[in-house]
Amino acid sequence: MKQWKRFKNSYFLHSFKRDRVAIVSFVVLLTLILLSILAPVIAPHNPYDTTTIDIMNAEMPPSWMEDGNPDFVLGTDIQGRDLLSTMLYGLRLSVMIGCGAVFLQAIIGIFIGMISGYAGGKVDAFLMRIADVQLSFSTLMVAIMISAIFQVAFGVGRYEQLAVPLLVLIIGLAEWPQYARTVRASVLGEKNKEYVEAARVIGLSSKRIRWRHILPNTMSPVLVISTIQVANAVMSEAALSFLGLGMPVTKPSLGSLINSGFEYIFSGSWWITLFPGILLVVFVLVINLLGDWLRDVLNPKLYKG
Amino acid sequence: MDHLLEVKDLEVKFALRMGDLTAINGVSFTLDRSERLGLVGESGAGKSVTGFSIINLISKPGYISGGSVIFEGRDLTRLTNEGMRHIRGNLISMIFQDPMMTLNPVLTIGTQMVETLQAHMDISRKEAEDISLEKLRKVHIPSPEKRLQQYPHEFSGGMRQRIVVAIALLTDPALVIADEPTTALDVTIQAEIMELLLELCESEGTGLILITHDLAVVSQVTQKIAVMYAGKIVEAGQTEDIIDNPRHPYTQGLIKAIPDGRNPGARLNQIPGTMPSLIDIPPGCSFHPRCMIRGDICRHESPALKNIHGYRSMAACHMLDTAEKQAGANVTK
Repeated sequence: MKQWKRFKNSYFLHSFKRDRVAIVSFVVLLTLILLSILAPVIAPHNPYDTTTIDIMNAEMPPSWMEDGNPDFVLGTDIQGRDLLSTMLYGLRLSVMIGCGAVFLQAIIGIFIGMISGYAGGKVDAFLMRIADVQLSFSTLMVAIMISAIFQVAFGVGRYEQLAVPLLVLIIGLAEWPQYARTVRASVLGEKNKEYVEAARVIGLSSKRIRWRHILPNTMSPVLVISTIQVANAVMSEAALSFLGLGMPVTKPSLGSLINSGFEYIFSGSWWITLFPGILLVVFVLVINLLGDWLRDVLNPKLYKG
Repeated sequence: MDHLLEVKDLEVKFALRMGDLTAINGVSFTLDRSERLGLVGESGAGKSVTGFSIINLISKPGYISGGSVIFEGRDLTRLTNEGMRHIRGNLISMIFQDPMMTLNPVLTIGTQMVETLQAHMDISRKEAEDISLEKLRKVHIPSPEKRLQQYPHEFSGGMRQRIVVAIALLTDPALVIADEPTTALDVTIQAEIMELLLELCESEGTGLILITHDLAVVSQVTQKIAVMYAGKIVEAGQTEDIIDNPRHPYTQGLIKAIPDGRNPGARLNQIPGTMPSLIDIPPGCSFHPRCMIRGDICRHESPALKNIHGYRSMAACHMLDTAEKQAGANVTK
């Protein structure tokens, strides 16, 4: 209750209420996330259930067009699945993969960044060079390599089962240096402050000083890059799926939906690509707008008046 | 026998690319239980480095290159990091200059106090909070129960420093090292904090090393004074002796530099020149380039800290006889 009151009077909420872009972005984001979580409940069809899919319904245009069927509001894809339901399920996968990958990135990145910044010297140089090497490979290249190796080693059938955790792993591993660099930079700034010295004088162990005293002070930049990284991870996943290296067609994410529709775009079935595309753009855009707002709030030096 | 703290020939060096710099050169002093000592000197004299080397926390590239720090019979310079952690914050605690900086901005006061206690004692959170409340009351923080839940930015500067004092005294240490505890505060709060510190040290029987450049503060609080210059103690003795009857020309200069308000508008008596940089400490007595009464011997030979004939204090000066005349002249003037 007291926490709530504190939150209600905070500058955070105040600046949120004054920023119309932030409010709209937040509402849209919340809606999308709720839709994706509740997809099994609210989606009119279950795109994973092959028994309900009729190939005769394939490539049906949205319901308001000629030949449209009121059963399929946004039309159907090439396999006769309801596009709206498939999109909702796809968004769900994209959000899951995005958040999972960012979680993994954050764990690896914060740990390495903290060790690197606090220890300094040779340890720091070594870890940061590893980060540089990692960053010099693009995410796509790492992902293509790993998924190609995996598909060869375990077969495509197994790959389809393990696609989600595998994508989380790939995107997570490819982007941890972003976190490591951000955390390291903040730790370098914080570790020479007097409260760290004071904690040492008090006799606290360096482990405790690192995780309990320095870490919370480095959290605001981490929070900001987390939002942007979720958007990035969703984009990476979509890009991989578009290239046919992400989610399989049987369980399409937004990226693989866009891809599967792309082949039919010139035969007139534009809706299969367009609607998932719009959904993806809106989702990534609102996350980025919220991230921008968060950065402004958490960094008073960038005060815009 | 059995001093609380005995610092013997302490030598601290800083390893730099061009070679080792000697920051502390053979500092010795003793402190008994519940005794209060003032370490006085200009900026860069090595006061703070002495303080930090007592708890063996000199930051790199500095290191203790010689001498010993005997605390309750143990040589702290030889203890392992683990052993030292048991002493820091538990038996010896330290108060810093700027209370704005020494409290962690993202943790509540209560968390920081409980953490300190739990680092050294095997007690529950509830017990730790009770001890914290009691200490907050001792430093006159009103409604401590409420204050425990608050963050450092919700306190004024003077209150924060009182909280820092409370944290320093949490574990009932035998020795508190206060490194310019009032420099960042305004004058009225300074007096309040000093009074509080004095009162608590007296009632708890805590030893105090007060590091400051403010002779007025030292004269009110401490029983002994050691005056430092360029990494050495140049004069040491009982507070009243040093203040009323300084022997070393540097101490005399410091005391003359205190504004006494007798001649408003007149220039203050300052010591000419500045403290030498550690890179080129002059040969012989390091004070001789600024000294009014230097002789030939001062240029070649470094004076030792020795008892002065007819006085209780000790001073490191070749020209003590001249200094005495100087002091006499000042008194008649």
